Amino acid sequence: MPDSTSALHLVLTADPSLVAIVKLSLAVSLTAVMVAAVIGLPLGALIALTRFRGREFVIVVLNALMGLPPVVVGLIVYLALSRTGPLGSWGWLFTAKAMVIAQALLVIPILAALTRQTIEDLWVEYRDEFAAMNVGPLARIRALLWDARFSLTTALLAGFGRAAAEVGAIIIVGGNIEGFTRTMTTAIALETSKGNLPLALGLGIVLIAILIIVSAAAWFARRAGERLAG
Amino acid sequence: MHVFNPLIRLGCALAVATLLATATGCGADQDRSIVVASTTSTQDSGFFDYLLPLVKERTGITVKVVAQGTGQALDTGRRGDADVVFVHAKAAELAFVAEGQSTKRYPVMYNDFVLVGPADDPAHIAGQRNVLQAFRAIQEHEATFISRGDRSGTNIAELALWLNAGVDIEQKKGSWYKSIGQGMGPALNTASASDAYTLSDRATWIHFANKGPLRILVQGDTRLFNQYGVMLVNPEEHPNVKKELGQAVIDYLVSPSGQIDIAGYRIDGQQLFFPNANDPNA
Amino acid sequence: MASDLPICLSKVSVHVKHHVLLHGINLDLTSGPPTVLVGPNGSGKTTLLRVAMGLLTPTNGHVTWNGQEIAKPVGRAFMFQRPVMLRRTVHANICYALGAAGVPRPKRDGLASELLASVGLEGLADRPARHLSGGERQRLSLARALAKDPTVLFLDEPTASLDPAATQSIEQLLLAASERGVKVVMSTHDLHEARRLAGDVVLLHRGTIIEAAPASKFFTEPSTELARRFLAGDLLL
Repeated sequence: MPDSTSALHLVLTADPSLVAIVKLSLAVSLTAVMVAAVIGLPLGALIALTRFRGREFVIVVLNALMGLPPVVVGLIVYLALSRTGPLGSWGWLFTAKAMVIAQALLVIPILAALTRQTIEDLWVEYRDEFAAMNVGPLARIRALLWDARFSLTTALLAGFGRAAAEVGAIIIVGGNIEGFTRTMTTAIALETSKGNLPLALGLGIVLIAILIIVSAAAWFARRAGERLAG
Repeated sequence: MHVFNPLIRLGCALAVATLLATATGCGADQDRSIVVASTTSTQDSGFFDYLLPLVKERTGITVKVVAQGTGQALDTGRRGDADVVFVHAKAAELAFVAEGQSTKRYPVMYNDFVLVGPADDPAHIAGQRNVLQAFRAIQEHEATFISRGDRSGTNIAELALWLNAGVDIEQKKGSWYKSIGQGMGPALNTASASDAYTLSDRATWIHFANKGPLRILVQGDTRLFNQYGVMLVNPEEHPNVKKELGQAVIDYLVSPSGQIDIAGYRIDGQQLFFPNANDPNA
Repeated sequence: MASDLPICLSKVSVHVKHHVLLHGINLDLTSGPPTVLVGPNGSGKTTLLRVAMGLLTPTNGHVTWNGQEIAKPVGRAFMFQRPVMLRRTVHANICYALGAAGVPRPKRDGLASELLASVGLEGLADRPARHLSGGERQRLSLARALAKDPTVLFLDEPTASLDPAATQSIEQLLLAASERGVKVVMSTHDLHEARRLAGDVVLLHRGTIIEAAPASKFFTEPSTELARRFLAGDLLL
């Protein structure tokens, strides 16, 4: 990325390195949220609907993990994916895949904890109807997750926000390699350390604008959904 | 979910597929590429932005630089997570070879360090020819000094200068000596914000856009020269190392055309790196 | 499918934290005309319905469905006083109930339309269920219950908050179902409705059965003092 131009200029001219960075940031964070959703949503629903020993303890830990420190996750993933680590043969270190894993790990507790709370509240309402309709356990989870979809959208946005804002983990496992693993946040960190503060700030504003766009897209999707099916 | 009409479904599926493809980094470059562990000060100087396209042009190899502190970069090589290590700490590099982590160290180029500080210069070292005297003066005045404190080549050079100046920095450091554990850029940011002295490599300094009150106060002493060396990580220790591609990049760096390219990197007309692959003492 | 009838409650009592909701309940529900539970609020009508449905396990006593101690609610359906609408269209709500009842997917659309027509909601098939009025929700809930093709249909105050027109349409549906052979078991606090629909009347007061008799006898010659006072319009305390 050229140093001496302003972020506005880069945006207006659709500078290719900026475009590449934005695409990568969105790809990594959205993929991470999708992976985290596939794991976290059913997990949260399962905890909400089943009774087992130590359940309260699990919930407490899950809520606490929402604040999992990104650098710690980054370090753990780094050690796991390093050639000398257990998953070294995958060769995923310093690639976008490693960044997706690290961010997914950070987002899973958020999605699971928020889903658990939402589903538990909904279950109180739905319990009798499902019992009367003789709905099986798997069908219950699916129906509750679908009916809770608007609240869960907010949870997904929270997860996306966490992923998109993250820099500590992905700089460790991704290596901030230009053209391959450099995202908005790691680029901002780099420009800051080079003293290009105006450029870094400009990139920061671009990132916030992107977050607003994603949030708006989710809002419109929800409105459309409500009109279609309440 | 049957309210979603098939078109929306198809659109979502395509979007997901594109996302996954981007995120998993599918690309033809994956094969002719190597990972080079280098230092943040080299990256911050803009050197790689200049050099990597030239490497690609001359050798067809895509170089992916992971920039860390020198100590971390060598550790990355020890773990086999990089194919080539390119740092500037000769003693640490020779130790790396002695451990068997590499079979040969190639000198490549040098740049120099400069001692920068606030324009009002409380330790009165401006223009001093002897960097060791300058360091002594800073300690005696207890003028604020920012140390990188991160096992980087720059940090190692700084500690060597204290040692050679006869200052036992472990004993003498007080609140005037701030060890921040970060790279050259953050160190300069901190020095600029606190009117402090710090040791910087010239390339990062010239490239640095937030100088504030800082100026170069001491330069040119041969003790401030900063030698770079490049090493291929030993493929016998780490079979995954791309040894042909790695060696090809090293061969380019020390070749006449590579050395000319290195000398060609300039900022504001100033040459930053001085090739010396042929110097037996480098 | 095998019927759940007769449903026999024997010496059933339900305690919740020192609160006695039901005690000493002996009741047999057999096929035939509707059984209507009456009694003041808090007398245990809802609790009794839920025990008979199998939603609530009694603290003491037994419930058997056609002789079985445990029977999944395959052949019985329940219409709740405040039904929960799934967050999807009216049509989709019925399809969901049909799916839960084991109807294969290709058949669901057609059956759903039939059920909606039978409760008069066919024009609202694509409306989000949560946008329905109170009366429409009750009808949808009834359609959902009927989707199971049940042999026993429990209803908890099905017309409590409905206007006369909606009340009439629900009552007609229930009579039609009863004529088809569905056993209707419902509670109401409207004695007139009980007169219109019952079959058999069961009067509950403070968690116990005061009197159970065919409607013809209950309304003309009640055998207990409490029943007489209740029919006369007294508040039973």
